[in-house]
Amino acid sequence: MTNSSTKDKSLKEKTLGEVMRSQGVSRRSFLKFCAATASMMAMSPAMIPKIAHALESARRPSVIWLSFQECTGCTESLTRAHTATVESLIFDYISLDYHHTLQAAAGHAAEEAREAAMKENFGKYLLVVDGSIPLGNPGYSTIAGISNYDMLMETAKGAAAIIAVGTCATYGGIPHANPNPTGAVSVGELIKDKPIINVPGCPPIPVVITGVLTHYLTFGTIPELDHLGRPKVFYGQSIHDRCYRRPFYDKGLFAETFDDEGAKKGWCLYKLGCKGPTTYNACATTKWNDGTSFPIEAGHPCLGCSEPDFWDGGGFYKALSMPTENITQTAVYTAAGAVAAGLALGAMNKRKKNSAVAAHNKTTTDDLEK
Amino acid sequence: MSEIEFLNWVRGPGFQIATIIFIAGIIIRFGEILLLGRKENLAEAKGSEMSSGLRTIVTRSIPDRETFKRSTFTVVAGYIFHIGLFVTIFLFAPHILVFKDVIGFGWPSLPTPVVDAMAVVTIIALLAVLVHRMRNTVLKFLSTREDYLVWFLTIAPLITGYMAFHRIGTTAPTLLAIHILSVELLLVIFPFTKLMHTFTFVLSRWYGGAISGYRGVES
Repeated sequence: MTNSSTKDKSLKEKTLGEVMRSQGVSRRSFLKFCAATASMMAMSPAMIPKIAHALESARRPSVIWLSFQECTGCTESLTRAHTATVESLIFDYISLDYHHTLQAAAGHAAEEAREAAMKENFGKYLLVVDGSIPLGNPGYSTIAGISNYDMLMETAKGAAAIIAVGTCATYGGIPHANPNPTGAVSVGELIKDKPIINVPGCPPIPVVITGVLTHYLTFGTIPELDHLGRPKVFYGQSIHDRCYRRPFYDKGLFAETFDDEGAKKGWCLYKLGCKGPTTYNACATTKWNDGTSFPIEAGHPCLGCSEPDFWDGGGFYKALSMPTENITQTAVYTAAGAVAAGLALGAMNKRKKNSAVAAHNKTTTDDLEK
Repeated sequence: MSEIEFLNWVRGPGFQIATIIFIAGIIIRFGEILLLGRKENLAEAKGSEMSSGLRTIVTRSIPDRETFKRSTFTVVAGYIFHIGLFVTIFLFAPHILVFKDVIGFGWPSLPTPVVDAMAVVTIIALLAVLVHRMRNTVLKFLSTREDYLVWFLTIAPLITGYMAFHRIGTTAPTLLAIHILSVELLLVIFPFTKLMHTFTFVLSRWYGGAISGYRGVES
């Protein structure tokens, strides 16, 4: 099929293969993408032609993207492709019918677009959510006068599957941080009857989203998830287990400060608060900014942003083994209290002993003869 | 409760509760011993209490030939697991960070593989003393429930720590949380069991030595 023959078709009718060819993506680079996707998602090489075929003939899925209590960092992360990659084309290809940061429509027109997409594709559209949902007061976050809760529940009804993007949507994230003033909850806490794919991270890695979308377009199903609802292929291993600085941890060579010899030599950042050992994500392997690097490679400890409650872990620069509370204060107060109580008890005992001595009557032989 | 919430709890409120019980318990136990007081000894002193007492604190750590011959296993295994516990608790880099956070200063650590090997040796020694306790008729007869509880809560942090370091079994946050929780349990029972000997051995040895010194006999 040539470009000219597909020109007349509206974008909605085109298959992904047609869109790619019209954008000048060669067959070679397309297959390379399929191979990379297959390996990234731990599939056998025999799956590559299947992925290619499925993607080529896939019809544009309708996607509704809802943004609640969030900072738009997730959208920023996912839309900032450096070059026109096949990944970005997958984003372009999906029919993003509603996304209030990216869509041109505003006000009633925007809400109408959402309602129209829901009606047209009921039961088939993908729902992407970023941001947490406030339950404390519906007024904390509204869109067109509709509370986040109402909009989520209404839109989720007709969704084939839900992708919760970012730590706020997956676990409540920063709005959920202690003391959680808005009563923020995750998507998974509200919706129990739909398949939910959690893609945590603050922000999450773009390639994880394309991986999930590719999987959905290829198989029509969602990928295998772990106990926290995350795709196993991306969240199966911890940052620590795939970290290139791991040998230094194993040897016990640590950077003590950000500018000491250890830091310059690229030693382990555990003592500077790295949460890599308890964080499951693909940063250490897929990396960021077109595979340039990831935080630890840039010399900063992992914050653990793809784990629940990462904001309440006692501080980003506190090592994982350290207590999160002020134990020194606890110990001093306890010691002072215990010493005071001990002295009081001791004084009472002494008084008792002294009065017993004073009250003691010596027995004489006369007493015994009585 | 998610695994990270569990980890945050043991690193936060859990650690605080354990610290309060540990510190208060130790002070109460010491108070009990020190405030008890002793009756005045009316006999004439035949030597110095202090020098004999201080000497005995040290000399009791070295078994005499007869004791060593009679209980070689107890002495050797005992030494191994005590040194092992010292190394794993005080010379492992992540542990030193905890002390540094609480008492304000740290000290150099041993290379991680050394501590790792030491942990294995300590676990083996502790397993051996349990087998010994259960196979020796007299020891078994003398053993109470507390002895087994203390043994279990001493070996638990070693095993959970080994598992957390090598990431065996379940997810890393859960392993770390279980390890910290096992240490907290140890801290909680510490003041109320024979584990108090960690501190009271100084007092009891001094007292034993002081009595002998007062009487002018060898301790």
